[in-house]
Amino acid sequence: MNQPKRSRLVWWVVFLVGVSYFALPLLGTFFFSLQAQPIYAGYTNILKDPGFYNSLLYSFIVGLITIAVSILIIVPTAFWVRLKLPWLRPYIEFITLLPFVVPPIILVFGLLNTYSHPPFRLTASNTGSDVLLVAAYVILSFPYMYRAVDSGLRTIDVRTLTEASQSLGAGWVRIMWQVIFPNLRVSILSGAFLTLAIVVGEYTIATFLGRHAFGPYLSLIGGNKAYEPAAGSLISFGITWIAMGLLTLIGRGSRQRVQVAGAR
Amino acid sequence: MSFLELTGIQKRFGEVAAVADFNLAAERGEFVSFLGPSGCGKTTTLRMIAGFEQPTAGTIVIDGADVTRRPPNRRNVGMVFQSYALFPNMTVGGNIGFGLKVRKVSTDKVKAKVAELLTMIHLPDKGDRYPYQLSGGQQQRVALARALAIEPQVLLLDEPLSALDAKIRVALRKEIRSIQRQFGITTVYVTHDQEEALSLSDRVVVMSEGRVEQIGTPAEIYNFPATPFVASFVGTLNLVNAKVIEAATGRLSVAGQEVVAAKPISEAHDGGSVTLALRPESIELGEGGGSNRFHGPIEDVSFLGSIVRMRLRLDGTDGPTISLDTFNDPNLNPPAIGEIVTVSFPRESSLVVGAGTKPEIDVVAEA
Repeated sequence: MNQPKRSRLVWWVVFLVGVSYFALPLLGTFFFSLQAQPIYAGYTNILKDPGFYNSLLYSFIVGLITIAVSILIIVPTAFWVRLKLPWLRPYIEFITLLPFVVPPIILVFGLLNTYSHPPFRLTASNTGSDVLLVAAYVILSFPYMYRAVDSGLRTIDVRTLTEASQSLGAGWVRIMWQVIFPNLRVSILSGAFLTLAIVVGEYTIATFLGRHAFGPYLSLIGGNKAYEPAAGSLISFGITWIAMGLLTLIGRGSRQRVQVAGAR
Repeated sequence: MSFLELTGIQKRFGEVAAVADFNLAAERGEFVSFLGPSGCGKTTTLRMIAGFEQPTAGTIVIDGADVTRRPPNRRNVGMVFQSYALFPNMTVGGNIGFGLKVRKVSTDKVKAKVAELLTMIHLPDKGDRYPYQLSGGQQQRVALARALAIEPQVLLLDEPLSALDAKIRVALRKEIRSIQRQFGITTVYVTHDQEEALSLSDRVVVMSEGRVEQIGTPAEIYNFPATPFVASFVGTLNLVNAKVIEAATGRLSVAGQEVVAAKPISEAHDGGSVTLALRPESIELGEGGGSNRFHGPIEDVSFLGSIVRMRLRLDGTDGPTISLDTFNDPNLNPPAIGEIVTVSFPRESSLVVGAGTKPEIDVVAEA
């Protein structure tokens, strides 16, 4: 067997091993969910449960609000750091990595301790608790959103595009809205869907804040049902994959428009 | 009062003086080039006019208004960037109309202006294309149209042709000049390409290490360089060591052969060493080119198309050489290698620069 064929085979083996690592647990979960009687009972039961839709809808709405807040914080910050304060980038990167270091349980206990007493007694109302949940999820989304946006900023000449806009009379709001955001669309969507996946699947913070989100719902039905949690996980996983597929479709159009300076 | 005035402009980055005491007065409609090697401060100066850098000292006045502290989006200065900087998310028409929409011009007027500019840059049917669908030359024309759409007071171009190949560069620079004349906009053009600067400009500012070496018309810069740097940077040059025979009358000895400089010598005293700078095209084969003469064997003859370049050795086998350029005449054979010839050149073209002057680029001969 010649050298190129051998290295191709090796890469195929590596690829299949990698895919198996992710696919086998999913397949296992799927086969487990089919052990109900009748075979699709796990799926039909969960789809008949109003709690499934309510919790999923709640998580999606919280997810969308989290994405919006996260974008509004991260995009201008990453843009300004890249444009004017490049020396600050390592510190910002460190801060955005803190959610990896601080476990959600610690985060939620910190939030409860701070916001269950006056003057910021947010836990006393549903709305207040919802606000806390969104705030916690925004922090959890930092590593994903910042990295996605920062990668996107690297592919465009931020400084020159900004200066070109300024030379044409644009102010900062117009620059952000008409030049920066549109050229970061794919990156923002990438960060957004990662954020959505995290929010939909998150359990600890939602439970301790007493929110009826999808993570606590799955845990609740898992307490007295065997196959429905597996079915519910796969359904939510499928929804996330559909969302990723949409991202790929949208990104294909935008990728063609990346600016390349110089003669063709 | 001039239309664009830069007075005492300085820019320091920490201890480094990127621009030191820059002064320029440009008239309305004038085309001025900043010419110099990389790192000489020409782009930094341009960026200060645009407002992207704040001068450490000095003032910038455009049409009587001091814009030194004004933000870039309030100067009405159009800029064309080296990397074009077209907005990838907008069509060609969207790019050109961007500045007009910022100024809240009506949709109909934007449409009309965009169509007019697309016709001017010879891309009438490309309005709906995206930048990635255009060639480099087309993108640069769109960038120019975008800058002109807002009818700026001053047009700034930062090495706009450096990313293009030679043929397109020549064609596009003619177009830029033609459009600039048509609009009558005061223009500042940054380049390190001498040919671009000399062919496009009403005046050239030659810069080196943050300082202005000379400001003048292309002919003045080329024929009467004020400093050794300008002499060696602009055009090709022979640089040969010379001994001063009599400084007051400009008499020099080059490899034992006497010549007379254009002016009395201030760079050294009698018996001292200087460098004689001669343009190859100022030297003629034969005795009819001027009162200064050199004799020696031909060492090399190079055919460069319309030009024939000959190299002449002045003294023995190790002595200095000089090169001369003549127009290619198919009816005349150049001298044979080894043939002893006489060349001549006028006093006025014999420039003296300091001893040991190092050339910047394109030295034809050096000893």
